[in-house]
Amino acid sequence: MSKQTTSYYVPSQSHWPIVGAIGLFLIAVGAGTMVQQMSTEQSSGGWILSLGVIIIIGMMIGWFNDVIREADQGLYSAQMDRSFRQGMSWFIFSEVMFFFAFFGALFYVRTISVPWLGGSSNNEMTGQVLWPEFEAIWPLITTPSGDTTQAMGWKGLPLINTVILLTSSITLHFAHKGLEDNKRKQLTILLAITALLGLSFLFFQAEEYVEAYREMGLTLSAGVYGNTFFLLTGFHGLHVTIGTIMLFIMLGRVIKGHFTPQRHFAFQATSWYWHFVDVVWLGLFFFVYIL
Amino acid sequence: MHKKIIIGAASILLSLSAAAEIETPSKYNLTQGVTDTSQQVYDLHMIILYICIVIGIVVFGAMFYSIINHRKSKGAVAAQFHESTKVEIIWTVIPFVILIAMAIPATSVLIDMEDSSKSDITIKITGSQWKWHYQYFDHDFGFYSLLTTPQQQIQNYSHSTNIEPKGENYLLEVDRELVLPIGKKIRFLITADDVIHSWWVPAFAVKQDANPGFINEAWTRINEPGIYRGQCAELCGKDHGFMPIVVRVLEQKDYDIWLQQQLQQVASAKKAAEQALASTLTMAESMTLGEQVYLTRCAACHQVNGAGIPGAFPALKGSAIALGDITKHIDIVANGKPASAMQAFSKQLTAKELAAVVTYERNAWGNDTGDVVQVTNVNLTEAK
Amino acid sequence: MNTATTTQGSHDSRGHDSSEHDSGEHHDQNAHDHKPKGIMRWILTTNHKDIGTLYLCFSFLMFLIGGAMAMIIRAELYQPGLQIVEPNFFNQMTTVHGLIMVFGAVMPAFTGLANWMIPMMIGAPDMALPRMNNWSFWILPMAFAILLSSLFMEGGGPNFGWTFYAPLSTTYSPPSTALFVFAIHIMGISSILGAINVVVTIINMRAPGMTYMKMPLFVWTWLITAFLLIAVMPVLAATVTMVLTDKFFGTSFFAAAGGGDPVLFQHIFWFFGHPEVYIMILPSFGIVSAIIPTFSRKKLFGYSSMVYATASIAILSFTVWAHHMFTTGMPVAAELFFMYCTMLISVPTGVKVFNWVATMWRGSLTFETPMLFAIAFIILFTIGGFSGLMLAITPADFQYHDTYFVVAHFHYVLVTGAIFSIMAAAYYWLPKWTGNMYDERLGKIHFWASLISVNVLFFPMHFLGLAGMPRRVPDYALQFADFNQLVSIGGFAFGLSQLIFLVVVVKCARGGEKAPAKPWEGAEGLEWDMPSPAPYHSHTTPPVIK
Ligand code: HEA
Ligand code: HEA
Ligand code: HEC
Ligand code: CUA
Ligand SMILES: [Cu+2]
Repeated sequence: MSKQTTSYYVPSQSHWPIVGAIGLFLIAVGAGTMVQQMSTEQSSGGWILSLGVIIIIGMMIGWFNDVIREADQGLYSAQMDRSFRQGMSWFIFSEVMFFFAFFGALFYVRTISVPWLGGSSNNEMTGQVLWPEFEAIWPLITTPSGDTTQAMGWKGLPLINTVILLTSSITLHFAHKGLEDNKRKQLTILLAITALLGLSFLFFQAEEYVEAYREMGLTLSAGVYGNTFFLLTGFHGLHVTIGTIMLFIMLGRVIKGHFTPQRHFAFQATSWYWHFVDVVWLGLFFFVYIL
Repeated sequence: MHKKIIIGAASILLSLSAAAEIETPSKYNLTQGVTDTSQQVYDLHMIILYICIVIGIVVFGAMFYSIINHRKSKGAVAAQFHESTKVEIIWTVIPFVILIAMAIPATSVLIDMEDSSKSDITIKITGSQWKWHYQYFDHDFGFYSLLTTPQQQIQNYSHSTNIEPKGENYLLEVDRELVLPIGKKIRFLITADDVIHSWWVPAFAVKQDANPGFINEAWTRINEPGIYRGQCAELCGKDHGFMPIVVRVLEQKDYDIWLQQQLQQVASAKKAAEQALASTLTMAESMTLGEQVYLTRCAACHQVNGAGIPGAFPALKGSAIALGDITKHIDIVANGKPASAMQAFSKQLTAKELAAVVTYERNAWGNDTGDVVQVTNVNLTEAK
Repeated sequence: MNTATTTQGSHDSRGHDSSEHDSGEHHDQNAHDHKPKGIMRWILTTNHKDIGTLYLCFSFLMFLIGGAMAMIIRAELYQPGLQIVEPNFFNQMTTVHGLIMVFGAVMPAFTGLANWMIPMMIGAPDMALPRMNNWSFWILPMAFAILLSSLFMEGGGPNFGWTFYAPLSTTYSPPSTALFVFAIHIMGISSILGAINVVVTIINMRAPGMTYMKMPLFVWTWLITAFLLIAVMPVLAATVTMVLTDKFFGTSFFAAAGGGDPVLFQHIFWFFGHPEVYIMILPSFGIVSAIIPTFSRKKLFGYSSMVYATASIAILSFTVWAHHMFTTGMPVAAELFFMYCTMLISVPTGVKVFNWVATMWRGSLTFETPMLFAIAFIILFTIGGFSGLMLAITPADFQYHDTYFVVAHFHYVLVTGAIFSIMAAAYYWLPKWTGNMYDERLGKIHFWASLISVNVLFFPMHFLGLAGMPRRVPDYALQFADFNQLVSIGGFAFGLSQLIFLVVVVKCARGGEKAPAKPWEGAEGLEWDMPSPAPYHSHTTPPVIK
């Protein structure tokens, strides 16, 4: 672990972090203002938000370019590489916990709040007095206040998407293998396929949302079934989007000839991220769609 | 040697606190209350307090012993030991045993407190911003209970006018008390209309959150007649501190008499409401009644001067609704606005009061529309 | 841009045998110490000490702001009636006071200490990810700028308590809640990035020979704290996200009408919130475990059991969250489970307290300011722990819950716990940071003034709570008047006493008696092998660990 510390690169000052902090500031202010302005004509929030996003994107490009350049100059030791990898793994752990909270909310409404509203456990009177008409079933297609919706089945698009994501994890794995064995062609082709699979997943998910809104009356405000459905799949979709962008960037870099079998932290990180997104989807598919 | 000191100190403290126990309604300590449960809770509280005090004396005693005797200025030389599996096991196990000793009585009291079955009387308690509603579940009757302490006693700002001295039950007095008999097992069904409130009467050791959309149960069996006061115990917005609970506990026969009176009053109120339908309200009459209703029910949010609180509660002075279509105005007061702090007042006010308060709002603070809303208008809108 | 500082070949006189170093003039001639000048040094820095200093200064500023809000609270509660502020503003003060103190004062102070001390203690040149370190700091002032400015918006700032229970924070909250949500989001990002940095530094950057069981306890406690942070800050992010969608996008996670439950909010919040309170105390345990042995001139008693106790506390902290929710109407089996788990936490915490006492036992004690604060910490934190144990007893908690008894409990563990330990740490390491000794006499005055006033401030709150005074109220019944007055007086005195601390620190930073590399006779650890003030770059060559 800490055998070799003779040289550790302490980077010099950089202006990217402060740019990133300002970017986040603008995003927070912009998003907050935009949400408040939703029912009005004003749009300043949206502009501030976009500015923030642009700055953050700029920061990422600049920052990563610095890191790539420094790596190319051979300034990084193996220890530094480990720091990056460990940092990325802990970051993914934090993402896992973020999803965990939403899964927790799903389990809670399914096993506690909805049955209680129907009068089970120590909430007999809740059902009798406050919601006499309400029937506790899952998926909750009729809310206590009487709104109705339809449940999303697991066959069809969700199943297709599961297959797509699973396949993409496999292709990415072998792309990585290709990188490690220095088979650049295998790497390039499989990585390209992975990225395209990511895109098609997003396409089908968009399709699914359109269908939910247009035909099924399943909307974000359709009671806790719709809430948990859209927040879980939505945040997952957001992560797939980010992952797909990362995959395309990696593809670009591979084509430009970056990465060696020994040194490819960015690729490794992307691949971990993609596998993580895949595992989350399996959880989703099982708990949101099938059960 | 120091063991003796510790034991001595402990016994002095114990006897001191035992002496403090005698004068019951203490300013320093938990109330023993007037129910068996509250007594049990009090005992539990005291046992655990004593255990903690004793542990504290032992631990701090040892610490002060070394602070006094093992100081460098006294020439103390540091010993070398820094480990001992034996003592470490001991001081892991002993606290564990103490905890088990605490958990046993706690468990039995808790299981008893949570069993509200086989009750004699059921009261449904509903919290809303910022008042309590009590429904006598077995009879078809209920009422709201509001703070009566006048604003002149509460507001002592430098710009406040005619400040009054505070009364004896400052902030703990209401217009209508919850009335209960002694000796009966009373079950409370507790819920809320808007945000979470919490119904708490220390003398009964009952504190139960009122969650909107859910009903929580609690129970009590009161041993002594008297008046018991409590407060809302969950932050519920601006006037969380002004949401008291007062319970008047009567002997069974007095309670029966009281209940009969109430049921009669309900019947006669119904008649009065029917008569009111036929009568015509004058402007002057409406304004007086309206102002009174406004000050007790509406001013908490829309403010006495009708200016509201910008960003939280809209101004009624010059508001489009108060100056515009009467039906819309009546509608929002009677039915409230869903998903906002504006509640439906049709349940809370009589039709006459409702008409009067709308009239008041349309003519006070320079709104001067000249409209006089009649009881019949109100009933019409309510129906649709 | 490429002024990289590789650590190779900087073997100058800065070594590990420099205990008698006359450090004054030495370090700033060092070729590797070219600190950039001016404001840009602080804005762009990647140096762990600079960033540590930034965190510490920011945290003290927040402490003053949060404290000023506490002063408004205490002034309003000085007597019954509404004198100074409107109830709605009072609620904003309570809320923002809690938020600022927790997220703005205590947590950044610990992160600052981690930045300063961990690389020095484990023999590393810097933090593992220095640029990210800068980023995680600079997000913080942004987040709090948003939070504080929301106070001046129409409808006011957050007024729903630092726990922001739904639906008070959703349907019934001011419009600025959207900003509150996003401020918490970016603040959470900052904490997570900071924590990742600490974990990676500790796991990956230890000098050869610095095995896990040789790490100073401060490093151990921070490792576990950082793990807790990475685990629960995302949960907080999810919570505020649901608040946002419930308020603005029509979801009903916390509304029964759509099948949700307001109590769901509390479960998710406290799943974050309870580990959060241990995040605010574990580093304190580490600090005290450094100071007590130093001034007892004796090795820490039971090092390994301290490590295990810390880990047990962290693990247990995930199983006790609903002890904040005993009155919400959970089934009795759940109440019992959470009661038992909560009580269990006393055991490992007790082990810590006993070990500290055993360390002092037959030591050779002296009482410099850090030691005074550390001793006060042990006693007063334990008192806070005792009231915590009382709160854990479910039937009794029905009486205590949401009264000033709870307020007393958590100020004992937070103010005389966390804050006192931070003060102790500051006095303990100030000579290392500045190269100068602080004014011991002023330090002692600060300690005694704080100790007395803090107890006048918080002890009577126990009585108020037991006698039935609810928390979060701007006005109260007459029987609570005299204690409240006393509490307020204690509060003003405690607030003013903290200005002494400001004076001590400023004086010490500007000059004073030069500090030797190891100003404390009994101190152990790599940080004392370096000259005072510590050179700009820590261990440029890995030190040798005995
Ligand atoms: C640093 C922060 C911190 C710490 C360390 C603790 C420590 C503990 N807390 Fe506290 N707590 C808070 C911060 C903290 N708390 C806050 C902020 C709140 C309020 C939040 C809000 O609502 O706003 C709160 C509220 C709170 C409640 C909810 C009260 C209510 O709202 O009704 C409870 C209930 O169980 C509780 C329990 C405990 C327990 C059992 C411990 C234990 O860890 C204590 C263990 C320590 C000891 C017991 C002392 C030392 C031990 C010995 C000497 C060994 C021998 C002892 C025995 C066997 C008795 N706390
Ligand atoms: C680490 C956290 C922390 C710290 C350090 C403090 C510090 C203090 N707290 Fe805090 N407090 C909380 C965390 C903390 N608190 C939390 C989480 C809550 C719950 C919030 C909620 O209910 O949502 C709370 C709630 C709370 C309440 C209850 C409010 C209510 O329920 O309505 C009160 C009331 O007295 C209070 C008082 C104080 C005081 C007097 C201090 C003092 O120690 C502060 C001393 C510091 C200063 C005063 C600053 C320095 C001096 C100056 C700026 C100079 C000016 C001085 C003068 C004019 C005298 N706090
Ligand atoms: C707990 C707070 C509260 C109380 C008490 C309250 N209101 Fe309101 N009221 C509101 C809020 C909040 C709104 C804004 C609702 C919205 O538009 O979202 C409102 C809106 C109104 C409006 C519409 C004003 C406009 O211009 O939009 C009228 C009229 C009104 N209230 C009358 C009353 C009357 C009459 C009473 C008493 C009998 C009363 N209110 C009591 C909170 C309250
Ligand atoms: Cu109702 Cu607090
Ligand atoms: Cu807790």
